This record gives sequence, structure tokens and C-alpha cells, in this order.
Amino acid sequence: MLLKGKAHLFGNDVNTDDIIASKYKSSTTDMLEMSKYLMGNVDPDFVRRIAPGDFIVAGSNFGCGSSRETAPRVIKLAGLSAVLAKGFARIFFRNAINVGLPVVECDTGGIEEGDGLEVDLSAGLVRNLTRGTEVKVAPLPAVMLELLRDGGLSEHFKKHGTFHLQSIDEGN
Amino acid sequence: MGKTIAEKMLGKHAGRETTAGEIVMADVDFIMSVDGNRPLSIQVFREMGGKNLFDPKKFALVIDHAPSSPTATVANTLKLVRQFAHEQGCILYEAGEGSCHQLLPERGHVLPGDLVIGTDSHTCTYGALNVFSTGVGVSDAAATMISGKLWFKVPETIRFVLKGRLPAGVYAKDLILHLIGSVTADGATYKAAEYVGESISALSMDGRLTISNMAVEMGAKAGLMEADEKTLTWLKGRTNRPFEPVVSDPDARFVNVLEYDVSKLTPQVALPHRVDNVVPVEEALGKPIQQANIVACTNSRLEDLEIAASILSGRRVHPGVRLYVVPASRPVQMEALRRGILQALLEAGGILGVPGCGACSGGSHFGVAADGDHVITTANRNFRGRVANPEAFIYLASPATVAASALEGKIADCRKYVR
Repeated sequence: MLLKGKAHLFGNDVNTDDIIASKYKSSTTDMLEMSKYLMGNVDPDFVRRIAPGDFIVAGSNFGCGSSRETAPRVIKLAGLSAVLAKGFARIFFRNAINVGLPVVECDTGGIEEGDGLEVDLSAGLVRNLTRGTEVKVAPLPAVMLELLRDGGLSEHFKKHGTFHLQSIDEGN
Repeated sequence: MGKTIAEKMLGKHAGRETTAGEIVMADVDFIMSVDGNRPLSIQVFREMGGKNLFDPKKFALVIDHAPSSPTATVANTLKLVRQFAHEQGCILYEAGEGSCHQLLPERGHVLPGDLVIGTDSHTCTYGALNVFSTGVGVSDAAATMISGKLWFKVPETIRFVLKGRLPAGVYAKDLILHLIGSVTADGATYKAAEYVGESISALSMDGRLTISNMAVEMGAKAGLMEADEKTLTWLKGRTNRPFEPVVSDPDARFVNVLEYDVSKLTPQVALPHRVDNVVPVEEALGKPIQQANIVACTNSRLEDLEIAASILSGRRVHPGVRLYVVPASRPVQMEALRRGILQALLEAGGILGVPGCGACSGGSHFGVAADGDHVITTANRNFRGRVANPEAFIYLASPATVAASALEGKIADCRKYVR
């Protein structure tokens, strides 16, 4: 899978309230409507600057805080193709894969705002087209790759009716 | 090689020996889901093709994030929750019954040795009862509602060895804030935290739940404690189901063992806007506040309300301060009523909310602060915008520190009010 777009930079410890504040859920249940408020508390203009396929690029502990799956869902619905970060909070990481949003753990240190990036998930590489550099991606566990290939956990269940993961030895 | 609690518990539920780092498919004992999720787990359950719950007795829906039903959109969401519970015959805790993280332990749904998931990040709270419990998103919950199983990566464990007893005026909240400040907000990411030692043994169950509740604030997947006599006594009368407590082997491999002597610890405060931005109260003294909250699954249990009432009894909160009080559950509220605790809090000027997540979750529409307001709270998060206004500043502290600060209109040292 080859993804291409521009980098939008954020810092360390971007939390789920930053990504999507919980106050919006009182006025709508429509995820697409909610995606207009992505990063609303920290950068209200952010959604207007996104071109389809762009990336969020962040530091460590991205997605810390609540278990709200709304967070990766609105990132995906806003048109972003992946999140690149030095590290992810655990629940966000799982939720992102479950909704089919690629999460790319890599050294994001050399990436600047607006850099053109190409993410090659199969090769495990991020190429910075603006700077002519590339960094390696920490590989996803096999189970997550299986889920991502199916398009997320809902699609996996629609297809199989239950968990059907080749990479897990169920020991029975 | 010995095993940690986390390795043993996930191994038991996976039906084979496991070691940290492995990925296993495990049988889940109990699933909890709240009204605050968007979409709801029950909607994803339908989307996935789910028809019947794998076991309706092992699934609880809790209306706690917006129990006051503040808008028509929320009311319609709550209606879906009620309809689903009616159709499936699962457990439903209605609006006003309390916060999920008080209800599950209080009603005996989670027992030592259990594997539990919930669609709220503070599901790690039940670790205080020797339960391996962790927060998940709605897709993981829905998949488990259908199959009864979920995959887990067996975490490595950081062991916190806590020596000494907390001094007067210093509480479980101060201890966990201190630990989070020390290891930082991602210091335990992907790992389990295990808390042992004299400091933990000396705490009540209420205090222990506060500590496990905040494990996720250091990134941890679980915040585990051993079950001791206090745990077993506390569980009496709450369940008939047999259970089997789990302890780490003496030769278990921990990724890190961190020792602390807490006998000299002082009250702690987390400054805006980070949970790990923790300082001793001395460094925050005198900061004017406009709002004080004794709320949330962290610190609104009976002991917390009692400590606050002991400081506020016979006094009035500062005229420039609003004091919000949200009891953890209806039984906590009723017991606080019987013991005169609520009377003391209300006479002092407290504003009472519906048991649940009020004044902590921004979706509760209760206790929202104004632009520029400084709020001191017993909750577990001080992120910008946490209580629905990104222009407010949130400080985290113990119920005693919050009560003392409410009296003085500024961040105060509770120790002068504690005998």
C-alpha cells in the first residue's frame, strides 16, 4: 500500500480531547459532521488545510487519553491517509487499526510542516520527497496487518462472522 | 522462569502458558460499555452483523457519561442504549445509578483473576481488585460482544514497590500523581503496572481504586494489585461466583522495579494541561481558583466525600468558588446522605450532580468552566478542553486538597485542616 500526501505537524502527547473534543457528541451523532471539528481545540483551521491523502505527523504518545474510537474515525473521515508518530498511546493504536487507519511508528524528527511524503506500508518505509530522505517504519504485529488488510475489525467480522486470524496460535 | 500477574491472567484466559510480548486470543469474563461512545458499541455490534450477545449476563451497558440527558441528540442515543438492553436482556445501569467504574466493582461483576474490557480508558480501575481490566474502543468491544474473545498482546510489567505509610493529609491520589509525575505520561505505555508494598496494604479499597484508575495516565494497559484480606472482606456479600486471585511469582521477570518511600510524601498537584506536570502542593499554593470539583471515577467514593466533608463541615466555601460534588454511585450517595456527609457538603455551598461522569467528561454538560477559569478537581485528566472549554485551566489533586482550596479560593495545603 502506497500513500502520498503532505505533512501536518503536531507535537508530543496529542490527546484524544485535542483530536476530537467530547462536547460535540451532544449535538450530532454523524461522524462526518464531527470530523469537521478534528483538532478543534488546538487548531480550529486545521481541517480546512487538509488535502485528501495528507498525513498527521507527530511526536511521542500520540492519541493518549480516552478510549474514544471517534478519534481515529474522524481523522480518517477528514481525508487523512495515516498518522505518523514517534510513538502511540496503546488504545488509540488499536482503535486506529480497527477502523482501518494506518498508524506509522517511525522517527518523525526530520519531517517539516508541508513536506511531501510517500508512505510505503509493504516496504516499511517513509520517503520524504521534499528532502530526499527516508526512514524505516517499526513493523506492525502480524495480527494488525491482517486486520488492516481486511479494512478494519468491522470488515473482518462482516467477512468471517468472528475472529479469523491466521497469525494467532489459539493453542486448542 | 516465574510469571507476572499479567502473564498468568492472560495465560489462564488463553488456555496456554504465555510470556510478555506474545499475542494471544483470550476468553473475556465481562464487557462494559458506556453511553459516551460515538458510535456506540451496540451500533458497531449491529454493523458487524451481530445478532445476539455471546452472553447477556457478561455484558453491562452503563448510562453515566450524560445521565442528565442534556440534549435531544443525547436523549435519542440513550434511547438506543435502553432498547438494546431490553432486546438482548443484558445488564443495564440506568441514568443516576453511577459511574461504570464504581458500579462494576460495587455490584460484584468483576472479581480477582477476571479478564475484563470496557469502552472507557479508565477500565483499568478494577486492577485494584486483582482484575486484569483494560480500556478498549467500541470495535474491540463489539467483536467481543459477538465472540466472547479478544486478542491481547501480553504486556511486560513495571513493578512499583511502595514502602512506608502515607502521612496525615496525604492520600492515594497524591501517591498516584507522584508516580505519574515520576514516570511521565507515556512511561508505562504498552505495559502493565503492578503496585505492591506496605503503602498499598495500608490503603482502603476506595484508595486502591483511585491508584489503579490512573494507571492509564502513565500509558499503562492495566494497574494491578494483589488481593489481600481487605479485598476479600470488601467482596463479601457482593458475589456468589467463585474466583481465584493471582500473584506474581518471586522469580517473575519485571521490565523495571521502581521503589518509592512514601512516608515523607506531601500533597501533590498536577498543573495544567498535563497529568504528569506534577508538583508538591507547596509549589502551587495561592493560585486563585474559581471552581472546585469533587467528582469522577478517580475520587468520588464514600471515603473521598467523607474526607472532603470533614474539612468543609461547619464552614462555607469561598464566595468566589463554585463547588461541584458528583457521588460515584447511588449507593455512595445514599450512604453519604445517611452519614450526614452530603448535608455537610451542601451546607458548605456544594452543588450536587447526578452520580456518574459529571464535571469530568465534557459530554456531561455539568460544571463547565468559563474562559480563563482555574478549576481544581479530583478527576484524572487535566487536558485542555477536558470539561468542554479549552480556555479553562485544570489542576488535579486529592479530595482534601480540593476541599481546602474551595474554602480559601486558592490552592491550599489541606494538612492544616486535617487532624
